[in-house]
Amino acid sequence: MLPKPSGENGKNAASGLPHSSGDKRFKILELHMKKHQFRQDALIEVLHKAQELFGYLEDDLLLFVATKLKLPPSRVYGVATFYHFFQLKPQGEHACVVCLGTACYVKGADKIIGGIQEKYKIKSGETTADNKLSLLTARCIGACGIAPAVTYDGQVAPKQTPEAALEKIKTWI
Amino acid sequence: MQLDDLIAIAEKHKGSRKKIIVRTCMSAGCMSSQADVIKKNLETEARLQGLEADVEVRRVGCMGFCGQGPLVGVDQNGEHNLWEFVKPEDAPSIISALKGGACRVQRGDPKHPFFAKQMHIVRANGGIVDPERIEDYIAIGGYLALHHALTELQPAQVVEEVTKSGLRGRGDAGFPTGLKWGTVAKSPGAKKYIVCNGDEGDPGAFMDRSVLESDPHIVLEGMAIAAYAVGADQGYLYVRAEYPLAISRLQIAIKQAKQLGLLGAGIFESPFSFNVDIRIGAGAFVCGEETALMASVEGKRGTPRPRPPFPAESGLWGCPTLINNVETFANISAIINRGGDWYAGIGTEKSKGTKVFALTGKIKNNGLIEVPMGIPLRQIVEEMGGGAPDGRSIKSVQTGGPSGGCIPANYLDTPVDYESLTKLGSIMGSGGMVVMDDSTNMVEIAKFYMEFCMEESCGKCIPCRAGTVQMFNLLEKITRRQATARDLAKLEELCDMVKNTSLCGLGQTAPNPVISTLKFFRKEYEELLQPDPFGPAAGGAPLAPERVTK
Amino acid sequence: MAAKTLTIDGKLISAEEGATVLQTATEAGIKIPTLCHLAGVYDVGACRLCIVEITGVAKLLPACTTKVAEGMEIQTNSERLRKYRRLILELLFAERNHVCAVCVSNGHCELQTLAYSQGMEHVRYDYTFPKWGVDTTHRLFGMDHNRCVLCTRCVRVCWHIEGAGTKNVAGRGGKSKIITDLNQAWGDSVSCTECGKCVMACPTGALFQKGSTVGEMEHDRDKLEFITTAREKKQWVAAD
Repeated sequence: MLPKPSGENGKNAASGLPHSSGDKRFKILELHMKKHQFRQDALIEVLHKAQELFGYLEDDLLLFVATKLKLPPSRVYGVATFYHFFQLKPQGEHACVVCLGTACYVKGADKIIGGIQEKYKIKSGETTADNKLSLLTARCIGACGIAPAVTYDGQVAPKQTPEAALEKIKTWI
Repeated sequence: MQLDDLIAIAEKHKGSRKKIIVRTCMSAGCMSSQADVIKKNLETEARLQGLEADVEVRRVGCMGFCGQGPLVGVDQNGEHNLWEFVKPEDAPSIISALKGGACRVQRGDPKHPFFAKQMHIVRANGGIVDPERIEDYIAIGGYLALHHALTELQPAQVVEEVTKSGLRGRGDAGFPTGLKWGTVAKSPGAKKYIVCNGDEGDPGAFMDRSVLESDPHIVLEGMAIAAYAVGADQGYLYVRAEYPLAISRLQIAIKQAKQLGLLGAGIFESPFSFNVDIRIGAGAFVCGEETALMASVEGKRGTPRPRPPFPAESGLWGCPTLINNVETFANISAIINRGGDWYAGIGTEKSKGTKVFALTGKIKNNGLIEVPMGIPLRQIVEEMGGGAPDGRSIKSVQTGGPSGGCIPANYLDTPVDYESLTKLGSIMGSGGMVVMDDSTNMVEIAKFYMEFCMEESCGKCIPCRAGTVQMFNLLEKITRRQATARDLAKLEELCDMVKNTSLCGLGQTAPNPVISTLKFFRKEYEELLQPDPFGPAAGGAPLAPERVTK
Repeated sequence: MAAKTLTIDGKLISAEEGATVLQTATEAGIKIPTLCHLAGVYDVGACRLCIVEITGVAKLLPACTTKVAEGMEIQTNSERLRKYRRLILELLFAERNHVCAVCVSNGHCELQTLAYSQGMEHVRYDYTFPKWGVDTTHRLFGMDHNRCVLCTRCVRVCWHIEGAGTKNVAGRGGKSKIITDLNQAWGDSVSCTECGKCVMACPTGALFQKGSTVGEMEHDRDKLEFITTAREKKQWVAAD
């Protein structure tokens, strides 16, 4: 079950007190909202910052944002789930993002995905049971000139093959 | 800041230049192959070899030939050299070659057709200026167009000049830019907005990323001129979150422009003020559609709304809003500097100027090109692109991404302009050009795009939300060899309905890849079909798929 | 306000400036099928059932959001439009699990009525049989997502008339879902005022009063229009 806004966290947020957990990241997030003058149209920038700080957007965090920006929770949840960039579940230690743009696709990105899926028995969007690896796909990262491209923990690597990808992932696990 | 100050910055910067310039491409493509280390090594090596006083190692944006990267360009004694596939350990060799002698790195040919056939307006400074130093941009005449517009032209004259140029929107639809500006200028309202659409979502396209990473100021200057022309004082630059390098360079560019008084209050000591804020997208292709983009700028779910009213009348927060794409804005300063007539002299009768394309896929020379409108497709893919690699032949060229179509090889002599591409069932689109060779399965390609549209559909209108799912299922059935002619008929019927009834451009164009592959490669579909046990041949019902009462 | 003269299905009609094609047609007794439209809340032009042909306009436009203009020639019932409407309805039926025989709204359902009136008698596309849940945690109301057509009427009445903002759409595309607060059980919602307007607004059996059985759920949509009209025209500013 989800935390109710009437719970401790929601109440504190509404009264302008820091988040009850005492987690400093909430303070940083609030400063970021202040920079945007708590404007409701800054919701997407605030969610970006929240994800940067916490790694993913859990319900308690979304509720904190909703209360601070004076937005209905349903709006915040609706926005967070509309955009693919926002993650509502925790991710693995390492992220491998295979670009599935057209250029990468015609040059065999599907085989890279297939190779990883087979080896680690996870589908795109999933994380391995040991929480080491998350396999993700992107809709074109704009690196078409060096297709097929794969992003390993935020670093773009050019002209990848299934073998190269597995080799790289092996260093993580 | 006044004109004298601008010229003083330019002169001072030019005066401080060194004899030899080593340009290291630090755009996202080359950065993925350690371009940052290459630059550092080049700097260290220049110092070690005692050339520090003569050599400037400069960070530059995209040089275009991304498939051959990382690239390093050298300007020495009026000559230009290009080094390809550079590795960090190549730095000593490159630097010692400056003193004469051989270099072990692969030498690129700056006169290669890939470069020779290009014409640079939008990408004039790409690969030349340091995108993180405003002085570099000013030194080659940057912000002079803005000064000219503010001090010598009335807003209406600016609109007039853009109208005269014949420039059309480079994002997708090709709407005449001058007409759009004129409409926003005439729309009543005390508050108006400028929005730059940098939500380049087409898979297989990276023109806007490259422009933003290589030359952010050309876009900011274009936006400022537009703001003056239509009477806006606030701009938003919407960039995809997938482009972190573009975002950081824009942040630097905006900060530098503000410091010099080229953005902000009282630009060039005139009453004109203009601020730009960056809005970061969050992974939604539909936000390339202008009404969806505005919803996203307002911090909402990026769902489109019916037009009219058009953003020019009622856009952000109900105010008149001018939305143009990155490449459109990047054309503006050249038009103001050199005149609308000059620009209208380039290209074809109805498609003026140049267009940037991302040439990718199964082609020898991958990269970014800027060509005059009307150039035959064959020149692009065969001469500049060098044809398909591995001895294969080109089967088709895909333009316009998921909204476009596949042009078969026997139409390669088609001139590249808005009308000709539309006639072939494709579109100019934002500039993605993906080449497919004879090993490509066109039904799979159609399915690939349909899956894309299905996942990117916002879900607001029924034809797009449910239609893309059904079309994808039918394509899946066909590729699994489980479909009959009846299924193909259903697919075609859905294509027609979704195209004509969807709310926004995403849905209206989602069937295009299917329609165009059916038009030119129908046989590939039919070969996958199974005999229909209930079809006419088997003595069953005729192919009319729909039964209607009343 | 200036009057505009136009023709709808060949009939010469005079309409008020600013009126929509849908309003004008309805006043003239011409019925255009609608689903996401709901009197009393703003229109979103999402269901695409009210699309009409306008001479000289290449695209089909939704009647609910298109304003009348002088000299407009509008077709609301061509063979092409009828076909598109049937296809849209087929898509809706195939999208979720619409089984009339066991539905609380059987006999009072707008989707069912539309299918009858448009001559859509069977679905030729593969049913997708998604597994959507039913939320019966609220003490008064229930929501069966299997019957939802995502018209967003409930969302709009909740925001626009009640001002609670409890309901919204989450996700996107075919995975879109009507949610309560942070996608939590309706019964746990703190923002819900239990006003029941969403239930009144729902065109199908997706939102229902608890305890209703097959065919018993009748929505009271006129009440919504009654409330908004009174508000907009400030008809009841004082109780006495």
